[in-house]
Amino acid sequence: MKIETVVNGHKRIFDITPDELLADTLKRYDYTSVRKGCDTTSCGVCTILVDGSPVPSCAYLTARAEGKEITTVEGIAEEAERLAEHFGDEGADQCGFCNPGIALSVHALKLSRKSFTEENLRHYLVGHLCRCSGYQSQIKAIQRYLGDAK
Amino acid sequence: MKKTKTVNQKVRSIDGKGIMMGRAAYTDDFAPKAALVIKVLRSPHAFARIKRIDKSKAEALPGVEIVLTHEDFPRNPFTRAGQGYPEPSPHDKFALDDHVRYVGDEIACVAAHDEKTAEAALKLIEVDYEVKEPVLDFEKAKGNESVIHAEESIHEMFPIGFDPEKNVAAAYHMEVDDVEKRLSESEVTIESSFYTQAQAHTALEPHTVNARIDYLNRLVIYSSTQTPFHVRRILSQALEIPLNRIRVIKPRVGGGFGGKQAIHGEMLAAMVTMKTKKPSRLTYTRKEVFEATYSRHPMRIDMRLGATKDGRITAIDCYGLSDTGAYGEHALTVFMVTGSKVLPLYNKVDAVRFHGDIVYTNRMSSGAFRGYGAVQGNYALESAIDMLAEKLGMDPLALRQKNMIAEGESSPIFEIMGEGTAGTAMNMESCKLDYCVKRGMELIGYKDKYPRQEIGKNKLRSVGMAIAMQGSGIPYIDMGAATIKLNDDGFYNLLVGATDIGQGSDTILAQIAAEELGVDVEKMVVYSSDTDLTPFDAGAYASSTTYVSGNAVWKAAKTMKERLIAEAARSLGVEPEDIEFQGTSFKNKKDDEELTLSDLSNTLFYNDDQKQLSVTESYYGTKSPPPFMAGFVEIEIDKETGEYEVIDYVSVVDCGVTINPKLAQGQIEGGVVQGLGMAMTEDVKIAANGKLITADFLNYKIPTGKDIRKLTTEFAESYEKSGPYGAKSVGEIGIDTPPAAIANAVYNALGVRIKSLPVTPEKILSALKEKNGKHHMMGMRSHDGRNL
Repeated sequence: MKIETVVNGHKRIFDITPDELLADTLKRYDYTSVRKGCDTTSCGVCTILVDGSPVPSCAYLTARAEGKEITTVEGIAEEAERLAEHFGDEGADQCGFCNPGIALSVHALKLSRKSFTEENLRHYLVGHLCRCSGYQSQIKAIQRYLGDAK
Repeated sequence: MKKTKTVNQKVRSIDGKGIMMGRAAYTDDFAPKAALVIKVLRSPHAFARIKRIDKSKAEALPGVEIVLTHEDFPRNPFTRAGQGYPEPSPHDKFALDDHVRYVGDEIACVAAHDEKTAEAALKLIEVDYEVKEPVLDFEKAKGNESVIHAEESIHEMFPIGFDPEKNVAAAYHMEVDDVEKRLSESEVTIESSFYTQAQAHTALEPHTVNARIDYLNRLVIYSSTQTPFHVRRILSQALEIPLNRIRVIKPRVGGGFGGKQAIHGEMLAAMVTMKTKKPSRLTYTRKEVFEATYSRHPMRIDMRLGATKDGRITAIDCYGLSDTGAYGEHALTVFMVTGSKVLPLYNKVDAVRFHGDIVYTNRMSSGAFRGYGAVQGNYALESAIDMLAEKLGMDPLALRQKNMIAEGESSPIFEIMGEGTAGTAMNMESCKLDYCVKRGMELIGYKDKYPRQEIGKNKLRSVGMAIAMQGSGIPYIDMGAATIKLNDDGFYNLLVGATDIGQGSDTILAQIAAEELGVDVEKMVVYSSDTDLTPFDAGAYASSTTYVSGNAVWKAAKTMKERLIAEAARSLGVEPEDIEFQGTSFKNKKDDEELTLSDLSNTLFYNDDQKQLSVTESYYGTKSPPPFMAGFVEIEIDKETGEYEVIDYVSVVDCGVTINPKLAQGQIEGGVVQGLGMAMTEDVKIAANGKLITADFLNYKIPTGKDIRKLTTEFAESYEKSGPYGAKSVGEIGIDTPPAAIANAVYNALGVRIKSLPVTPEKILSALKEKNGKHHMMGMRSHDGRNL
């Protein structure tokens, strides 16, 4: 079947099977930033934005994306680059497998214009597992980035 | 130490932006679109013989390209462990075998044109099993009538105590002086057993491989491995492919922690591609990562300490029983590190013994995992030290300070114990452990907070601590090499075998080269870990990269500098000693004439006595200078429920000079949180039939960002003369202290000693109940004995 979506601002028509998951579709269509880490929506590395909200794409049927706006990290390249600078300053980037997903959740938070404390930022990002950093450097980098972004 | 511009300075990871922006980087990103998808049929039984396997129906399914069983592989035993050759691990594994030895062991694989077809074909493979009696309790493995490895042709590469008829993968014994005698003479002794659990690595990138035949008719493997050169060697030997026909490329790796220091899917992908001549890809599901890669070795450690009344530790006896699971990967070496990188912490003893067995069981293999045995030993020893301090009536910190290793000192253990073989004598040229302990006390507020404070009706806050050491590579065994190549316009390529698995080695190696050659890091273009294009390196393990690979890079940069100065002198018509090297330019000291690096390199490429400047240097350690650390934890614990959380974890670390302070901090904090996971929640559990219970992140709980409130990390001022720019390695040391620090903090809060990991509220409550029950029955008596 074919569905029509908007990915990173561009209209895309995906040729899919009815049971296909969005993470697989996006990978198949060369959005390399979309990664798979757990198959149980627990790890956050497959996070994308659907109509601006973070969604684990490994549990999202592509068919549901008909008419929706999808954002992958390729669609927020400048924002990701700036976030990466803060990650670099804090030594928060290690293996990086979780980074694009985090960038999208942080981007969604920024768009929401909600205020946050360190504690609720940690809570907000609880779905993004990271086995490398110990989290604190990431949280600092994100706070700096959001502070700059205001 | 002379002033540096790049080393020990704030430098961002060279690859951080591209990774954040989601550019193709990891193994799976490079799989050809048309690659066959490989799926693996795994054993439902903990131990069985395959009586018959029929793949005809699976192969007949449209879309299936090939099905491989044990009948399709040459019968060459090997070890999956990525270690120096000959490996100290038994060759006890076949690519596929007619026996399965744990639930999840590989039986067959299907390669099909898409994933669904591959999965459907798995169900069509018919297997008849002769189910055997599994051995699941490692304390009953040795001499069990059920023998896990009875196959012919498996062997050890040199004597490691391999005795498969008794289910023993390896054994070890060493003793300095006479431990029994010294213990019997000791005025105060303690004795206790500790249990450590299987821990899963859970790198976020699952184990991934893809294979293809290139236009030179060579097998090219992309693998998420920590040891590309070992992968090439093991594939060649096991599959009988000449080494020169194989190229292994390690792209970006999404975390390793030891979990990728082994062969995983490479054998299957290589064989599928060799047989079909088509590209193939294999990405483990998360369930497969949990069920069929490997975990940390569970151990029982029996610790006996003796001391004088005034607190001089006189004897340490450490017996260990280690569970290597179905195969003996890293069996002996992990076990030896339990002794060799733990017991020298207290180097003033009269006698020390370390001994034990590493046994086979029918659970998933154990293997390399950050800390590599030292975590297990540290938990036992550093718990026991607190117990001894209490019996002596001493502050546990004072006991440590009186007995711990110091700069300029040594331990006989260094010479006796290496990794699989004898070790290397060494003095501690750099050891700021005393500073680490003192500074850690200040940062946690030890004097005010030890042992505990009431902070509410049911809440206590308490502190606990432990000290630790690790190593910097494996001396005389593991080599690293680096090539530096000058390009026109005056920039360099740095080609290293060293394996960046996310820890940032590409960045810190570029910093070392850039510092020595006086250029910005951007002028040092790094390419790593490709068996065709980069020089050799043993790989990312044993805390090797900063020290071993870093020294290779440093040597290469120094040699390149000499070559540049010679060329500049020739170009300017003077002697090399007349040249002042300024990195991006060369000055003739006699007349201040300058030649830029850019001009020199362009001339060398195009105009005058043209040549390519390229140098390769290699390094192997002649010792393994240990990084040291003091770890302090403050916890808040509920007296009624046993629930607790970490308020702050203070790490003060001596890893020599930090090449990149922020990345070094990342190594420590990542290690500490992984260690806290081991201390608090993580536990690989199997059911009575051997089937894995903790097969996903819902059942296997690793720390999230809200689980640890605060990490405080500092580095001691320290300089290791033998290291590059004074550096030691830092990859593993962070994980060592949390288990003992947490257990000690819980004891300091509630007076219950938890002697098995993880330290869960359930165990605390049950120990409290037992303690209170005993109080009622027998009056005041300190709690002792194993809590479960």
